[in-house]
Order: sequence, then C-alpha cells, then structure tokens
Amino acid sequence: MGSYVYPVFEYKRCADHGLARPARHPVVVVGGGMVGLTAALDLAQRGVRVVVLDDDATVSAGSRSICQAKRSLEIWDRLGCAEPMMAKGVTWQVGRVFWRDREIYNFDLLPEGGQRFPAFINLQQYYVEQFLVERLQETRGVELRWKNKLTGLVPRNGGVCLAIETPDGPYDIEADWVIAADGARSTARRLLGLDFKGRVFEDRFLIADIRMDEPPFGRTGPTERLFWFDPPFHKGDSALLHRQADKVYRVDFQLGPTADPELERQPDRVIPRLKAMLGEDAGFECEWLSVYTFQCRRLDKFRHGRVIFAGDAAHQVSPFGARGGNSGIQDADNLCWKLALVIGGLAPERLLDSYDAERGLAADENVRITTRSTDFMTPRNAVSRAFRDAVLTLAAAHPFARRLVNSGRLSTATALAASSLNTPDGPGFAAAMAPGTAAIDAPVRIGNRSAWLLEMLRGGFQALYFADGPLAPPQAAALRELRTASVPVHMLAVVGPAAASVPDMPTLVDAEGLIAKRYDARPGTLYLLRPDQHVAARWRRFDPSLVDAALCRATGHT
Amino acid sequence: MAGKLRTESAFANPDEFYDTLISAHRDLTEAQSAEVNAKLILLLANHIGDLDVIREALAAARESV
Repeated sequence: MGSYVYPVFEYKRCADHGLARPARHPVVVVGGGMVGLTAALDLAQRGVRVVVLDDDATVSAGSRSICQAKRSLEIWDRLGCAEPMMAKGVTWQVGRVFWRDREIYNFDLLPEGGQRFPAFINLQQYYVEQFLVERLQETRGVELRWKNKLTGLVPRNGGVCLAIETPDGPYDIEADWVIAADGARSTARRLLGLDFKGRVFEDRFLIADIRMDEPPFGRTGPTERLFWFDPPFHKGDSALLHRQADKVYRVDFQLGPTADPELERQPDRVIPRLKAMLGEDAGFECEWLSVYTFQCRRLDKFRHGRVIFAGDAAHQVSPFGARGGNSGIQDADNLCWKLALVIGGLAPERLLDSYDAERGLAADENVRITTRSTDFMTPRNAVSRAFRDAVLTLAAAHPFARRLVNSGRLSTATALAASSLNTPDGPGFAAAMAPGTAAIDAPVRIGNRSAWLLEMLRGGFQALYFADGPLAPPQAAALRELRTASVPVHMLAVVGPAAASVPDMPTLVDAEGLIAKRYDARPGTLYLLRPDQHVAARWRRFDPSLVDAALCRATGHT
Repeated sequence: MAGKLRTESAFANPDEFYDTLISAHRDLTEAQSAEVNAKLILLLANHIGDLDVIREALAAARESV
C-alpha cells in the first residue's frame, strides 16, 4: 500500500489494570472505527467521559468506505473535524451510467446549491479515521485505548462488566453504558449471543484500488462516478470507477457467484482486467486488492439493556449506495445526545428506545434500498435479466426507464418520519421539512459575516423563529424560561434581508431567501430542532405551551 | 412525432414498482414467467383501452430488437 503511511497509535498500560475492584466508567465505546470514534467525539463534546477500546493500533486497513455523504460531513462539521476531510477528499455530485459502449443516463445528487457541503466527497476510510483520532486527541474527557481487545461482556451491577486483553495481560472494567461499534464481525454481538439475520448475496466482487498519475480515459474534468452495465471490457457483469484522494482510484468489478476469491485477488488476474478497462498502455499501481461478498442483515434490536449497537455491528447493507459507513455516522449522531441526556438525568431511559426505533427503521430502509439496487445489478434469473436489459435499452429514449436504472441509490439523511419523538405536523405546511427530517442547510448572514444555517445549530435543542418583529412580552418571558430550563432551548431569529434584527435573540439574515423557501416559512413560523438537527416540531406561531409539550415528547418524557 | 404514449416517469417510487414486478416472478420457471408476462400485458392493455397508445408502445418496444 504505497500512497498512505499508516499511523501507529501508542499502546499505554492503563491505570485500570490490577485494581481490586474494577474501575467504573460512564461510557465505553467498543471499536475505534469511523462510527465508534464519531460517537466518542460527540459524547465528549457533550461533557460525557468516554473510554474507547480498539483491538488494533492504527486506522482502517484499506480504503474500505470511501464515499462520505453530505449528512456525514455535516455531522463531522458539528464535531469540528470536517475541514481536513474536505481539504483531502475529492468532491463529486454527478454519476454517469453506461450500458455496453454508451452512456444511457446521468444523475446529479445535489442539483440545489446554497449548502455548505457537497453531495459527496470520496475519502479513504483510513483518512476519515485519522482525522477523527486527531480531533479526539485534542478533546478532553476521551481515553483511546489501543490494543485493548474485548473478550468478555456481562451485565452486572446495573451496568456492564467488560473483560479486556492487552499486551500487559487482561483486566476488567465496568461501564454504565456500552456502545458496541465493533463492526460487521462484532465481538460484542457474539459475546451476547445475538442473532444477525438477513439475506446473503452470492455474487462476488473485486475491489482494486489503483494509483494513476493520469486520469483514466483522458477525463480531466470534475470527478464523477462512472458505472457500467455489461461493458465491452468486462462482458456480462458490472463495473464501477471512482476517484479517491492521492490519485487513488477505486475500481469495482462484479465477478459472479462462481469466482474463486483467492485466485481473483492475484495481480496476474487483476492486471489484465484493469488493462482491458483502462487501456494496454495505462500506467497504474495496485494499492489494495480484495474480493468480497456481502449480506443485508440487522440485529432485531439495537439496544440490549445497557449495550447499544451502532454501525455495521448493528446492521449491514450492500455497498452500492454508500449506506454502510454513512448510516453508521447517522447512528452515532442519533444516539449520543440521547445518551448524554439520560446520563445527565435529564431524560428517562426510554429515550434510548427511540434510538432503536428511529435507526431501526433507517436500517430497514437502507436494507430495502440496497437490496433493490443489488437485484437490479445482479439479476438472478432470465426474466430479471430480460427486464433489466429492457430498462437499459429503453433508457436512452424514454425518461421513465432512466428512473428505473439502478446502479445504487446514494446515501442521504434518513427522515425519521414515523418517530414517536415527533410532534404531529399541523396543517398547511409543505411536506419537505416535516418532523423527523434532518435540517437542510442554507446560507445566512450574521451582522456582516457570511455563515451557514447548520453551523448555527449546534449542541442542544434549538428553535428557528421566522420573526415578524419583536416578541410580545409574554413570549419574551417564555423565551427566557426556555433558555434556562434543565433541557434548554436556544432560539434563533430568522429575518429577511431588509428586516431589523430581533431583540434578545441571535438573528440570522436569510440573505438569499433560501431558508424561508426551503422551510416553507411565513412570518411567525417556528421550528423546534433536536440536538441532532432533525425537526422535532413546527408551527405557524410561537406558542410557548406547545413548545414545552413538543420538548417533553422529543426527550421521551411523554 | 408527438404521440399519445407518455414516457415520463409516472410512479412516485419507481424502485418500488420495479421490485414489485421482479418479485412477481420469484420462484417461477421461464415458461411460467412468460405466461405471467403475457397475461400482464393483456390486462394492462385492456386497462389502457386505447389502441393508438398500444400501437405506439409496441413500436417503441420493437425498436432496436
């Protein structure tokens, strides 16, 4: 693996070794991958002390999850680590689909601008994890324990007892809460003896990460995702080409169900495939070769008492759609504010069941969507293939068929429409930002400074008030109460470019009118947003008693 | 030629339609699938009930075959 130098994190003997009574920690995160590290960062920034256990001492081996979605970038930006990712990653938003020797369809994942982050960046998982670790190393209240391997997990004393193996031998700790983010082959899941049910797909796929100094096919324009059905260079199967950082390209070949994984990963088999695709004279170096199959499956429940599963440990999907890593980041985003409130005694434990409900539905959606993509890409019988090829033939001339072409439906923020934390929507709102939806970004001005809406929505519960003038005295009093409540709500005013700022509230100027448009707002409209920036409730006027009730609901009190 | 056949996407969720179609053939032999397809075309053609539309659709379907 040439282009990336793997960091080696220092193992240290920790103070919990050899104690007569195991040390007790508020939260232990098992697994220092993208999801575990994101969760640790989120909790630490909410003032919860966290211990992270990882059985290795470096980042992801191989580029693995390379497509980082806008929603993940927004979450990482809230946690203060999106900038190095943006600087290193390759931005893209257009995908092109080819059938045989011609392009039949292309899609733009972010047709609407005016948002801080692009639809996607491609960035190798090892970089993502490196930047998360670097951010964690400068964060108080987090302890990263490398080469600490989980070997036992038992509920005890109203918490969980963990047995850990290290270079200095074994030790035990207790935790009030455990987040199991230890990946598809989760040790925590195995130790609890939990079923991981779903569907196994038979087709094998080859990943070749290659480094090329010259872009393939002379494509010097913006980076795009290229996908082929049945191309001349790989007849009968599909292929995918994607650019990553450091001039590394991800090539993914469908190999069919009978391919021999050992054989197909050998350079003397891979290089001819690549030359057929890129041309005999193309210069490239192989960085990472891997043959994989995949499964779509999930745990029945993500919460098992005080052990809560997130990411691949909880659910696995087909890779076409970038819904693995990105859904895990949304898991962490969903879980951590709830856990922080429960640990702080500010919300009942059942708030954590809403994590299971909300992210369980998200997992079902991701399984369903990626299964459909896989079924389209790898037709399992003659009639499926006949329909698939008919769609591809019709796509050039007929718009309806283009909508059916499925080379992966790429990850977006899951709308938590059915959540019990949502306050049912009042009449007269456009559907776009209904309760459960993740807040959409827009440009704002604060004084003379240009900023983004989402960077103003950080930390706790927030309200966006589309002001029509100063608040009436009873509302102003209610505003102060909301701000100082045990679970505070901070209200931001949104005004048009010509309006005066609102007294006693930070005022965001909706410089381009995009907030009002995207949120279907009129003067008086109020949005209540959760700490993970999802909409909890919205109204056409500010009624403090309704805000109180919605807040109780969104924190699991009612 | 401005025909009567609409080929803009009509489904709110096209992927769900496609999945429903493919699932209807699960566990069938090729001959059984052909039978299902024939019946399906007859049912939908009758539902459409407009021979101009059906002639256009047939022409589009035969193109490039």
